[in-house]
This record gives sequence, structure tokens and C-alpha cells, in this order.
Amino acid sequence: MDTDTHTGIDSPRGTWWKPAHRTEKLWVAIAFAWCMVLFAMMPLWHFKGGQNPAGIRRRVDPQAFYARTQEFIKAHQVGTDRGMPIVEPPPGSDVYLTAMSFQWTPILKLRKGAEYILHLSALDVNHGFNLYPVNVNFQVVPGYDYGLRVTPTEAGDFRIVCNEFCGIGHHTMVGRVIVTDEAGREVARTEAARVLGATDPAQEDQP
Amino acid sequence: MTATAPLPAGAPAPAAAGFRTCPITARRIHRQAELLIRVNAVASILALLVGVIAAIGLVLTRWPAVRLLPADWFYRVLTAHGLSMLIFFIIFFEMAVLHFAGPVLLNSRVAAPRTAWAGFGLMAGGALLTEAMVWGGKADVLMTSYVPLRAHPLFYLGIILFAVGALVQTGIFFASLVVAKRERTYTGSVPLVTYGAVTAAIIAVITLLHGAAVYIPTFLWSVGLTPMPDPEVYRMLWWALGHSSQQINVAAMVAIWYLLGALTVGAVVLNEKISRTAFVLYILFISMASAHHLLVDPGFSPGWKIVNTSYFMYMAVLASMLHGFTVPASIELGQRLRGFTEGMFGWLRRAPWGDPGFSAMIFSIVIFGFIGGITGVTFGTEQINIIAHNTLRVPGHFHATVVAGTALAFMGVTYYLIPLIFRKQVAFWRLAKWQPWLFAGGMVVFTMAMTFAGTFGAPRRHWDIGFSQAPFDVEYHPAVNVMLGFVALGGLTAAVSVLSYILITVWSVLAGKPYVAGAPLAPGHGVPGGLTSPPRHTADVDARNAALHGPERGILGVTPGTVVLVFIFLAVFALYYFTNWKLLSFVWKIG
Repeated sequence: MDTDTHTGIDSPRGTWWKPAHRTEKLWVAIAFAWCMVLFAMMPLWHFKGGQNPAGIRRRVDPQAFYARTQEFIKAHQVGTDRGMPIVEPPPGSDVYLTAMSFQWTPILKLRKGAEYILHLSALDVNHGFNLYPVNVNFQVVPGYDYGLRVTPTEAGDFRIVCNEFCGIGHHTMVGRVIVTDEAGREVARTEAARVLGATDPAQEDQP
Repeated sequence: MTATAPLPAGAPAPAAAGFRTCPITARRIHRQAELLIRVNAVASILALLVGVIAAIGLVLTRWPAVRLLPADWFYRVLTAHGLSMLIFFIIFFEMAVLHFAGPVLLNSRVAAPRTAWAGFGLMAGGALLTEAMVWGGKADVLMTSYVPLRAHPLFYLGIILFAVGALVQTGIFFASLVVAKRERTYTGSVPLVTYGAVTAAIIAVITLLHGAAVYIPTFLWSVGLTPMPDPEVYRMLWWALGHSSQQINVAAMVAIWYLLGALTVGAVVLNEKISRTAFVLYILFISMASAHHLLVDPGFSPGWKIVNTSYFMYMAVLASMLHGFTVPASIELGQRLRGFTEGMFGWLRRAPWGDPGFSAMIFSIVIFGFIGGITGVTFGTEQINIIAHNTLRVPGHFHATVVAGTALAFMGVTYYLIPLIFRKQVAFWRLAKWQPWLFAGGMVVFTMAMTFAGTFGAPRRHWDIGFSQAPFDVEYHPAVNVMLGFVALGGLTAAVSVLSYILITVWSVLAGKPYVAGAPLAPGHGVPGGLTSPPRHTADVDARNAALHGPERGILGVTPGTVVLVFIFLAVFALYYFTNWKLLSFVWKIG
């Protein structure tokens, strides 16, 4: 027990490696246990949770990725909006989205409940993928292909906001994702979903 | 030992050339140390002035109802704000802290003062060069300057010079420690505050070397000599500088908490072993903090992310949780030993709240822990980062740690440095007493509003979230606009407080009345109570301390108030943490 009473600006006398009072020991134990909980939650969520940033990660030449995106557009284009191609890939397929200053190419049309492998990469500089209004965020780095297995859990009309500074026109960089219902019909976003970015509580994905 | 709180251990040393004896604390103060503290402090205040002017422009632009700056100036001013505050203001001040915690606390001299001055010169020159490039529009790349974004080569060169200068001054600090040990200017181990400063200095060396690893190749690329660094490697190395250096701030801040605790209320160290081990944990796991910024990046595996973001099983978080107990407990014990023993919180109620050093310390501890710490650990979780990365939640977090935590602690200690080091009375004393309150209030509103806006997905580093020039409409929940209004309100309040702080400091130093211990104070001037009536402990303090440690006090021990406070903290932490897992479970399935 340390009763060699001194402040933090005095040199402690003799050996300062002394046993702590049991209240302090208790706090050290509790804090350590809490840190173990924090640590265990991450691997646990990989097994039990539905949202993990693992994906398929590999290096890619930015031009090659852009060319792959163009092929993808050619294969599955179903329309245009404001000059931008709308692409509807079959459920389960690979989907390519290129970020460049200051646009997301192409517009994606996905189906609720279907899984896609969404490949993200950038042609020029770093960009930030922010799915509005769901609030899902990923870094988009030139030279790297980030292939995420994505399952939309809600139909509606979504936006992709760039949230990594990419130049003076950064704040104009907005893309679009349309999610149709299970039957392939477009639906309007519900107000609740718009506000909370949440799915129907009945369909919550519980860990 | 009978502790008279601010007095040094050991007998007053004989006057020697280049020294003066402090009339307040009887410490021997090396004049070169004093001068180096002064110039570094002044440079840091100038950087703060640039940073706060930039901050006013930023909050008034992000407030949708005002939108003060055009887009290009917004990003330019954002670049200047980040560098001026997070790099120049903080690191200059930390150099002052090092010269204080080394030579001054150890009654020793600065080793090789000329080299230290050269280091300061490099830092000042580098800072000016970088500021000139930014304000001249040659470096609209934000503070992080992620490649392939490219700035003028002198922008990178300025930062390199600044970092080299900081390394030189840090090296002189280590040399001064060796000199103090060899010349036996203190007995036993170094004080805890110095130990904390050593921690900060070691981390500074590690992070500045990471800085060299990222800025030197980038500089060579910018002048066309080498190929571009890999964008992902750049991000990893930049954040090994950018985030790990925040642990310099944390270590320096915790050291200042112990310092202010000692000066204001005679705070007693409960157990040196626990406090010092916690500092060592910061050093061991520090470089891993880089991962906090790469959790949703394509370049790293989940295993790498989990190990690194958790500082290998949250050992640096454990360190902060230990200090979160030991610092308030040392304040409580100091107060109890001074006779404020009634009830659970009598020690806190009857604390010197009118002493700006004390109020700044308490607000710094509370905001750092409750807002900054909890949000940071939560977003630093691999998966939760999906709903936080690059949103306003991130600046909400780090303004609570580095601004309301570190900067506020620095402000508090400034009110003691003015009489102790500049030997001046503190001008505008009534304003000085209110300044930490105003700052803390403003920052609580600012950081919480920013965090809430970010929870709705509102992006950071963004000129117009109304998206008036974008091809597709994006309409955030109306609450986001309200929150951005609160960000402006809180930010402007804090800015007024910072400008008051700058006015008080500059006026005191340049035009203030000299401070002579014991002499009457000039009208409108003041000196913190910890210096006019130092918190002395009575002769029987050891016996009373031992009595307080008696077994009959149960598990609440010698500091029951602190025990209650830390359990409230843990409850809030757990609530926020698991709420975020719940929020994450609502979003699309991703794997």
C-alpha cells in the first residue's frame, strides 16, 4: 500500500513498484475484462453478424478496372438517366462500380434480397462510398479492387455520396442505386427508411 | 515524506550560472529552458490564432443557412485548419511541455541549448513554408494529402522541416534527462509528470519516423524524381503518423492532468506502478492506431484490421481507462487529505472551480473520456466503422479528444505557465476564470451535434450537403440541418473562448504586470489560487493517508467518489457501444 504521500511533480522515494490498493486492482480487472469483450466482439461478428468489411481484396490496374466496368455496362444496360447508363445485372453476379472525379459509373439496378459481389475501385484518386440513406461507408482506393458481397435488404431509390475529398468538385459527386422489390418492380422509399436508414424491424438481422 | 505539493524534492540547490531560483516554488530554473518554453509557447499560440480563424470560416460554411466560403476556399481553409491546429499548435506546445517537464521539474539545465534553438528554427521555418503553400492555393489536398492528390513540393518540404525540428528538440529533451541524472539534480526516480512527458517524447520519435517514411517519398515524387507511392501504403503510413501522433497528445495531456492536479489541489498519486504501467502501454501499442483509418479499406485483411485496430486486444484503451481512474482518484485523495472529507462528492463540490487550471483539467478529463474516448473506441471497431467512416461522426470524435481534451488541458496549464515561466500576472482575470467553462460548453455542443449529424450519414470534409450542383437529389433528415446549426453555435462559442485565451495570453506576456510572489496584484489581474495559496499537506499527512487506506472502508476504498464515477462511465460506454452494434445490424447485408 502506497502511503508515501506525494504528488505527480515529486520524485517518489525509493522503490515505486508497490502493490496497489484492492479498489485499484478491482478497476484494473474490470477494465481488462471490458477490453476483452471489445476484442471478442469483432471475430464474433464475423461468424454471427451480417455486416463485415471483409470482401475480396486485390490489386488492379485502374484502367483495366474501368475497362471491365465498361464491359459490364455493355452487357447489362437497361436504360439511361441524365446520360448515365442504368445497369441491371442478374442476381448473384459480379457488379462493377468505378469512382472518378466527380461521378460514380454506372447507375445500378439491384433486386431486394439478392446477393451481388459489388466491386469498388477508383480511376484517379481516393473516393469515399457512402450509401444514402442507409449510411454504409467504404474507402475506394485507386489500384485496389474491393469486392463486397452485398445483399440489399430494402427496395427503394438510393444515392451514393462521395465522402472522401477528391478535388474541388467533390461535393457534386453523387451516384444512384435503384433496388427493386423481389418481383423486380421499382418502389419509392418509405419515409421511415429515408429517415432512419433502417429496414422493416420485422426483418432485422440479429446477431 | 511530508509533501508540500508544488515544492521540489531535495534541498534548494545553490545558485549557478544561467539559473534563477523560482520565488514561488523554490525550484532552480535554467534560463535557456525558460526561453525555449517561451518561444515554443508563443509559436503555438500564433498557430492557434491561424487555426481558430480558419475554424470560424469552416463552421459558418457548413451551417447551411450561412455558407460563408466558396467551395475552393472551404477546402483550402480546411487544409489550413487541420495543419495549424493538429500539427503546428499542438506540437509547438508539446515542445514547451517537454522543456518544462524535463529541466524545470528536475531542477536541471537544457543540454545543448543551441541545437534546441536550431530545432525550433527548423520547426518555425517549416510551418511558415507549409502555411504559405496552403494559403497561396498550392496545396488544396486537405491535411491528409492522400496521393494521387498532389501538392506543391514545398508543402511537403515544409512538413519535413517541421518534423525534423521537432525530432531535434525531442532529442535535446532526452539529452537533458541524461544530464539531470548525471548531475544528480534530483533523487530517486523522475516524477510521474516527467515520466508521462518521456512517454510522449518516445511516441513522438516513433511517429515522426513514420512521418519521414511517408513525406520524404511523397516529396521526391512531387518533384518528379521517383514514382508515386502506392495510395494504400501511403494511407497506412500517413496514419501511422496521423493517428499514432494523437498518442503524443494523450500522453502529454495525461501528464498535464497530473501536473495540474498537483498544482491546484495537491493531487496525490495513488500508486506509481499503475500509473506508470499505463504510460508504458501507450508506447507499446501505439503504431497500431493507423488501422483505425483503414477498417473499410481494400488493402488489409480482417485479421490485420482486428489485431491492429484493437491495439492488440485494446491494451492502449486499457491504459486510458486506468488513467481515467487514477487521475480523478488522485484529485479526490489530494482533496480528502486537505480536509474535504464529507460525503461521496464533497471533495469535488468544494474544489477550486474558480481556478482556470482546475476547471480546465476537470472538463478536459470528462469530455475526453465520456465523448472522445467512448466514440473513438466504438468507431474503431472493425465492423462498426462501416456506419462511421468519413461521416461527421469522425470529426465529432476527435474534436472531443484533441480539442476539448488536449487543447483544453494545454489552456489550463498556460494559466500556471504565465506566472511561473513568463513571471507575469494573468491579465483579464475574470475572463480567464470563465474561459475554460465557455470552451468546454461550446465543445460539448459542437462535438455532440457533429456526432449526431454523422449518425444520419452526413459526410465530413464536404462543402455542400444540400448537393445543389449534384446530378441526383440527396435530402438529409431535417435534423441534420438543425445539428449543423448547433455545430456552428458550439463552434463559434468555443472560437470566442479561444480568442479570449489568445488575448489573455498575449496581453499578459507582452503588456502584463510582472508577478512578484506575495506582492499585491494589479487591478483586473490575477494569479491561479494554486500559486497564491499552494495546496500544502500537513505534517501528519502520511499517517492520515494510511488511516484512509484502512480495511474498514470496504471495496469503495480511499476514493469512493471516483469509484462511482468510473462505474457510471463504464455503463455509458457499454450502452453506446452495444447501441452501435444494433444500428449496424439494421443496414444491408455485407460480407
